[in-house]
Amino acid sequence: MNVIECRNVRKTFQQGEQTIIGLDDVSIDITHGDFVCLSGPSGSGKTTLLNAIGGLDTPDSGEVTVSGQRIDLMGKGELATMRLNTVGFVFQAYNLIPVLSARENVEFVMQVQGVPTGKRRQRALKVLAEVGLQGMESRLPAELSGGQQQRVAVARAIAAKPSLILADEPTANLDSASAAQLMDLFAELNSEHQATFVIATHDARVMGYAKRLIRMRDGLIIADESQQPQRMDVS
Amino acid sequence: MLSAITLGVWSMVFMSALMRGMVDEMVRGGLDTLPGEVQIHHPAYRDDPSVTNSIGQPEGELLRVLQSIPLEAWSARVKVPAVIASERNSRGVLLLGVDPVAELALGFDASDIIEGRFLIDEMDKGVVIGASLARRLETRLGKRIVLMSQDPDNNVAERGARVVGIFKARLEGTEDILVYAARQPVQAMLGINTQVSEIAVSAGNYRDVQWYQSLAVAAGEQLETLPWYQLDPYLGSMLKMQDGFALVFMVVVFLALSFGLVNTLVMAVYERVREIGLMQALGMSPGLIMGQVLLESTLLMLFGLTAGNVLAFVSIKPLESGIDVSAVAQGMAMMGAGTVLYPSFAWADVLMSTAVVLILGLLASLLPAWRASRFDPITALGKN
Repeated sequence: MNVIECRNVRKTFQQGEQTIIGLDDVSIDITHGDFVCLSGPSGSGKTTLLNAIGGLDTPDSGEVTVSGQRIDLMGKGELATMRLNTVGFVFQAYNLIPVLSARENVEFVMQVQGVPTGKRRQRALKVLAEVGLQGMESRLPAELSGGQQQRVAVARAIAAKPSLILADEPTANLDSASAAQLMDLFAELNSEHQATFVIATHDARVMGYAKRLIRMRDGLIIADESQQPQRMDVS
Repeated sequence: MLSAITLGVWSMVFMSALMRGMVDEMVRGGLDTLPGEVQIHHPAYRDDPSVTNSIGQPEGELLRVLQSIPLEAWSARVKVPAVIASERNSRGVLLLGVDPVAELALGFDASDIIEGRFLIDEMDKGVVIGASLARRLETRLGKRIVLMSQDPDNNVAERGARVVGIFKARLEGTEDILVYAARQPVQAMLGINTQVSEIAVSAGNYRDVQWYQSLAVAAGEQLETLPWYQLDPYLGSMLKMQDGFALVFMVVVFLALSFGLVNTLVMAVYERVREIGLMQALGMSPGLIMGQVLLESTLLMLFGLTAGNVLAFVSIKPLESGIDVSAVAQGMAMMGAGTVLYPSFAWADVLMSTAVVLILGLLASLLPAWRASRFDPITALGKN
């Protein structure tokens, strides 16, 4: 079953008088439980495609369907609801709310969803333990290392059990050991919870974890191949 | 911003307390002259306050109602225009024939007698005049004066009396115009038996006189029963003006403050562009973002309101015993107020300032809240 269907998606950006093509007639299908890496040089369209799939940006033309919903036709409010209930985001810069503790950051999405306090607290503590942050629940983001902050961001992304997790350069700010731990965690979540992962990355080691590798250049998909996942060797 | 709202709320409530104190002084001064908050007259008396428009002493249902309403006092009085003459001068005055005991209960302050005494009983043959009138007549305590008016047949009615007391009043005009005499000698002079000009009634609170309607029913249509604000429309309009001015003042103060509030909220929103963008990316709807900004500004206003109102309470309460404004006595007298200003803390002012701050504050917060809800999450996340 396809979680994501993109049909002839086109997105351009205006930079002064110059028109830059972000996505050029891109069509892809991603099935439930897949682990996909989008790779390519800067400006190739990875992040633009990720934003279009996540409903953070709307294409100029084409169709984007996520979990059976045509999100290219949705308004701001509907897109927010779709993101809230369907997508978990992991950003390169962690993007935690600085005044909230690790647990409160993880609870945030569930709080907006209206999950009762006790239930969401219990879930947040469980997920933080799963990502290896037991005992650090009450720390503020500033009191955590980069790797730990990214784990909090992952915990936040998976806490509400979204069917789709989108990660944009999740290891870019991490050292090799932290990056390996994070990718191991993603792989585990993918295999145990059947969550669909779409990760935009430059990092060849991250690409090794993918079951499917999509290479992009100048807004076009230039290669789309399945592969045997390989874990990162940090020794 | 919190301190600006606090200061604004304090100034609204404090200024209203001062204005209320001043208007209270003016109204009380006016009521002292009326006196009472409600009066019952012959329907023609207000147009022609002569003895021909006298009424009988209260009896029957009217007397029963006067005794059943929780009143401070009531007094049946003769009040007619008259001329008072000393051996040197004469002046037009209002001659009051009163029951001294009821008059004291109605509000005449015995401590206002600066020389001599007040009337002792209904048979007292003396008169009590104001200090200013005594100066104008060039008379003094113990001297005889002559009172002249008209009887019901339009004949001159007159009698001599001795000045037994001199009173001071808040307003010089009151000292000039009122002459107190005991009721029975005045009734005898005018030839009106036990008839009176008015029944003055006081319950002590001029802001609430709804009880006058039951008096009006009991008095019947042959008598005119009116509250003070209809008896003296100028005083009534002063009170309305004070309430209206207080609202205008509050709105003006908070409109000025609201520019600061908008600025602070806009700054607060733009300082958190990235955070708001993140919340949107994570699925917070534009409506929720708007609600959150409005909630934050409401909390800010509630803190400011609490602090401002508490500050107003603690700064007004010690002043309620009076502020000496004798330095500007002439100006105060021109407005009909005395030389001591009594600021009055009123919960109504607190409610009004709260309503003004919340309503205008929320309106002022709508723009920054709406802007926050329109952020593009990708652009917002890219901001540092």
